[in-house]
Amino acid sequence: MIQLIELTVNGERHDLVVEPRRTLVDVLRHDLGLTGTHVGCEHGVCGACTVLVDGAPVRACLVFAVQCEKTDIRTVESLADADGTLSDLQQSFADHHGLQCGFCTPGMLMLAEGFLAEEPDATKEEIRDVVAANLCRCTGYQTIVEAVDACARRRRAARQEVLGRSAS
Amino acid sequence: MTREPHLHRDGTWVGASVPRREDPRLLTGRGRFVDDIRLPGMLHAAFVRSTEAHARIASVDLSAVREVPGVVAAFSAADLGLHDIVALLDRPLHEFVPTAMPVLAKDKVRFVGEPIAIVVARDPYAAEDGREAAVVEYEPLPPITSDSAALAEGAALVHEEAPRNTLVDVSLFATEGIDEVFAAAHTVVEVRARTGRQNALPLETRGAVAEWDDRDEQLRVHTCTQVPHQVRTVLAASAGLDEKEVRVIVPDMGGGFGLKCVVGREEIATAAAALRLRKPVKWIEDRSEALTASFLAREQRYTVRAAFDADGRIQALDADVVCDMGAYSCYPFTAGIEPLMASAEMPGVYKVPAYRVRGRAVTTNKAPTAPYRGVSRPQYVMVMERVMEKAARALGIDPVELRRRNVITEFPYRGVNDVTYDPGSYKESLDLCEQVLRDEGWFDRRGSDPAIGIGFACFSERTGYGSGAFAQRKMAVVPGFDVSEIRMDLDGTVSVTTGTLSHGQSHETTMAQIVADRLGIPYDKVKIVQGDTDRVLYGWGSFASRSITIGGSAAAASAEKLGERLRVIAAHLMDVDVESTELDGAGGVRAGDRRLSFTEIAEVAYLRSHLLPKDVEPGLSATASFDVGGDGTFSNATHAAVVRLDPGTGGVEILRYVCVEDCGVAINPKVVEGQARGGIAQGIAGALFEEVRYDDAGQPLAASFMEYKVPTAAEIPDVRIEHLETPCAFTANGAKGAGEGGTIGAPAAVLNAVNDALRHTGVELDDTPIPREAIFRALERAAEPALEAR
Amino acid sequence: MKPASFEFHRARSRAGAVELLTELADGDPKIIAGGQSLVAMMNFRLARPGHLVDITGIDDMTGIEVDGDRLRIGALTTHRTVEKAGLGVLSAAMRWVGHLPIRTRGTVGGSIAHADATAEWCMLAVLLDARIRVLGPAGSREIAAGEFFHGPFWTALEPDELIVEIVFPWPLPPAALTEYADRKGDFALVAAAVDLDRERTVLGGVGPVPLLVDSLDAEEIAAGLDVRDEPGVSAHYRRGLARTLVRRAVAEASP
Repeated sequence: MIQLIELTVNGERHDLVVEPRRTLVDVLRHDLGLTGTHVGCEHGVCGACTVLVDGAPVRACLVFAVQCEKTDIRTVESLADADGTLSDLQQSFADHHGLQCGFCTPGMLMLAEGFLAEEPDATKEEIRDVVAANLCRCTGYQTIVEAVDACARRRRAARQEVLGRSAS
Repeated sequence: MTREPHLHRDGTWVGASVPRREDPRLLTGRGRFVDDIRLPGMLHAAFVRSTEAHARIASVDLSAVREVPGVVAAFSAADLGLHDIVALLDRPLHEFVPTAMPVLAKDKVRFVGEPIAIVVARDPYAAEDGREAAVVEYEPLPPITSDSAALAEGAALVHEEAPRNTLVDVSLFATEGIDEVFAAAHTVVEVRARTGRQNALPLETRGAVAEWDDRDEQLRVHTCTQVPHQVRTVLAASAGLDEKEVRVIVPDMGGGFGLKCVVGREEIATAAAALRLRKPVKWIEDRSEALTASFLAREQRYTVRAAFDADGRIQALDADVVCDMGAYSCYPFTAGIEPLMASAEMPGVYKVPAYRVRGRAVTTNKAPTAPYRGVSRPQYVMVMERVMEKAARALGIDPVELRRRNVITEFPYRGVNDVTYDPGSYKESLDLCEQVLRDEGWFDRRGSDPAIGIGFACFSERTGYGSGAFAQRKMAVVPGFDVSEIRMDLDGTVSVTTGTLSHGQSHETTMAQIVADRLGIPYDKVKIVQGDTDRVLYGWGSFASRSITIGGSAAAASAEKLGERLRVIAAHLMDVDVESTELDGAGGVRAGDRRLSFTEIAEVAYLRSHLLPKDVEPGLSATASFDVGGDGTFSNATHAAVVRLDPGTGGVEILRYVCVEDCGVAINPKVVEGQARGGIAQGIAGALFEEVRYDDAGQPLAASFMEYKVPTAAEIPDVRIEHLETPCAFTANGAKGAGEGGTIGAPAAVLNAVNDALRHTGVELDDTPIPREAIFRALERAAEPALEAR
Repeated sequence: MKPASFEFHRARSRAGAVELLTELADGDPKIIAGGQSLVAMMNFRLARPGHLVDITGIDDMTGIEVDGDRLRIGALTTHRTVEKAGLGVLSAAMRWVGHLPIRTRGTVGGSIAHADATAEWCMLAVLLDARIRVLGPAGSREIAAGEFFHGPFWTALEPDELIVEIVFPWPLPPAALTEYADRKGDFALVAAAVDLDRERTVLGGVGPVPLLVDSLDAEEIAAGLDVRDEPGVSAHYRRGLARTLVRRAVAEASP
């Protein structure tokens, strides 16, 4: 009862032999060693395991790895530059004290990354609504919402600048 | 007195919201939590757990388990032969009954979820397959599922040695003449309150990876605990090893909040299995286990009377506190943790002249309890703040004004509870909190909208319990001091150990700030070493808001000692008196216009030690310890919540939350604010959302996040925080503890706000979590006459 | 919380899925699409199918199409797709479905098959007289939503049948769905959906299946509910919530 599967994670192709019952999060963490994605509840409520599948935030505990062939999976390990320079979203979390123990953080980052890509013009209230998808036990959420909102604003400003430049 | 939080004051690191040293690895997924550890040949454990709340174990048959594909071994209590975990108080038998917690249940199970056997398999999936094959035969006993059932005449005994299922029963203080005070009082108010059983709920569950290392001749255990040295002691004693044969290492931790500051059974069993199999074994608690079979907290019942004079001044307080501690006494704190805290501290910020309290811990067939952030203070503060509100209503005095008349204003204040309160800003925080709400217009909005209520909570919190304070509680093992070793290397950078242990509180940053100031070097040149029993001399870990107050003071002391040593060497090399030297704040020692850098001094200390003064040993290290001699230091705060009730559903919306806090000198204001906000969220959770209920058979009713309702960003409001600063006189930095206060104030503020919004209904609610149905019914009944009038 | 073993199969077509279900009939097969309810139940080992037939690779079961007086929603269409499609009450109701990642992955057909009595799709299907089109070994058939739901996790679907699409009458009437739960994203304690044209209401959380009542009168509907006291929720409170939610749904649906 094992299966050969091909997974593309953070742009890299992997051939794996797994039991079909292994969840995506277990395969990412334990078969591929990508331990940045965390496990918090294994029933789809806490969101600590959130990754992007084809760009959309997904609970990796509610998907079997065998279901994810031919998809593009992205984890928290893909956000920073190769030299360790934080992405704008990660830097925003640091600037706003948007993490304490850091356990929910990768899930929050991937949730926000997926959401902002889909809704770059999201309001702070819409961001709060989406952050409500994941649990954090340390921060009281306020600084997470602020971090995501600040990142969204900066991205919008940068976009405006590019548009402004190309118009002139 | 308020402080701009982002300023870097006086050129010091302390007081500046510098970036966290922890962030880069945690943000990039490169932290290392216990489940991230993977050792060659590692096996995975799962536990066979009791399905009965209270039963004799007739038999445990693991033969079928061992046949399951992938299973490597399965052990019951009889197979492992481990010694029990016993936590003691230094009290007579009529005040405290010692009970044992076996690592795996032996003759009897006392709660649903109690570990009976450990299954070890090649992966966690197979381990779960294996545990399903276990056959346990039970002879059921009557389940005890509430404090009242536990105390009932003729109740079945959870522990045969504890009559009336009572593990702790203390009567304290009993001011002479207190009954006469009540008899003669102008007004007596009474509060009967019950608070729900909660789970501290670190997002990372418990877990351990253990392996025997032949080269080190050590059992090496990576586990997410707040108290590594205590785990070492219990593990060594339980498994019959020397302490030197056990090394406990704590990796990054995804929160603890007290749940991880006691020694659990599963990590001991996991280590024992690794020892037996001579192979690495990992156990990661799953969420279902974390909700039902780890350590819970906070289920308490209060019956409190308070006497007031006509001016609203409290004259006496008489309290009875019963805490449902579940099936076992936790190590090292015992089942006394909650009742003793409540009994000792209940008068709080108020000038209570007469006090009497009875505090009890009863044992029931529920998962056992551990300290949880705030330990009893969220509960007794809530009760005291209900007392104040009820007295205000009875006497027709504004509730804030009534508090103003009662809070301690002169320090040091010797309380009726034999505790000396060091200076705080009790009245100032109350005034400022009220002012903020007034300025923001909330009192006006309350005036025009009857569904809006405002609630206050005024409290202080003893932080930095030294050995003296814990000895007063009569613990048999007495936590308190911290010891720090510091070492400067050749390049002038520093490593410093702390016996405390950050699990989200940013100590790698804040402790470094403290040490950096003492030596005059950048904070990123200071490395904090923590959470490793081989690298840290000794430690009591992190709990009770002790880390910065005690651990920070020890680190500061070791840094100062190192600074003196640097001056002694520099004086010798520059041929001047030590007294004429000083650290120059820029990584060197100066004497007049001459200067030696730390690097130059370190080169002598390590590479040219023949140049050292005769009585100075080579190398650059120092050790110092710190303890709090007196009664500790009190942080304080006033919280206010503004809520709006929905008459159609009984729903509660928190419109505004204000926190005016004083934790003395804030080492890193952003970190302090984070602690406050996170604590407030947990307090709101207790007031409105979270409870672990059991049915009459003792089956837990919250086995998933569908039933245990942790609030999300949609429920937790933004919090406005104002800082006051009353420095502590005896911690090295003037800091007071900041870890728990948020959690302490929030239940009271929210409950009072809800009651304020029910002011037109005649209904008062005193239990938490507040049932929405009770709100709905109160508002519905109040609306009925209005309907009829129409 | 690791699922029990199963074998995994990927269906490439509707017919292929039905074939697999037929072939594996003795081995307790189960369809998986988004898996947002099923996998959680499997992790708790509350569900332990012997075979999973993954239908997400079937390319002609996704999408929304107006076809004369019918609105056809492919069973594999996600909640999120519907939310963003501007389909009146259907889109508006999606805000009540879990959270974004659940809506992104969870499917309309999966929700209908799961048959939770408070699930938005089950309520909407009953309210609007949707028809559930299913494919089995003997071919395809349509089942009226009113006859589809038998109880929690129990429907008129045969074990070898596959839900292909949900067909709603078009255009949609003025309608709304609203819910109450203590916490955002939770299953509703009580939920109400109303159709102003046909003056009917569907309630969730008051019985094993969505309850259809031919009335918009909140007082009358609440009074007529057959509910009992349960731990933590009295019948009185449930009626009260129903009354409030019907009123609010009517207000939301009214132009």
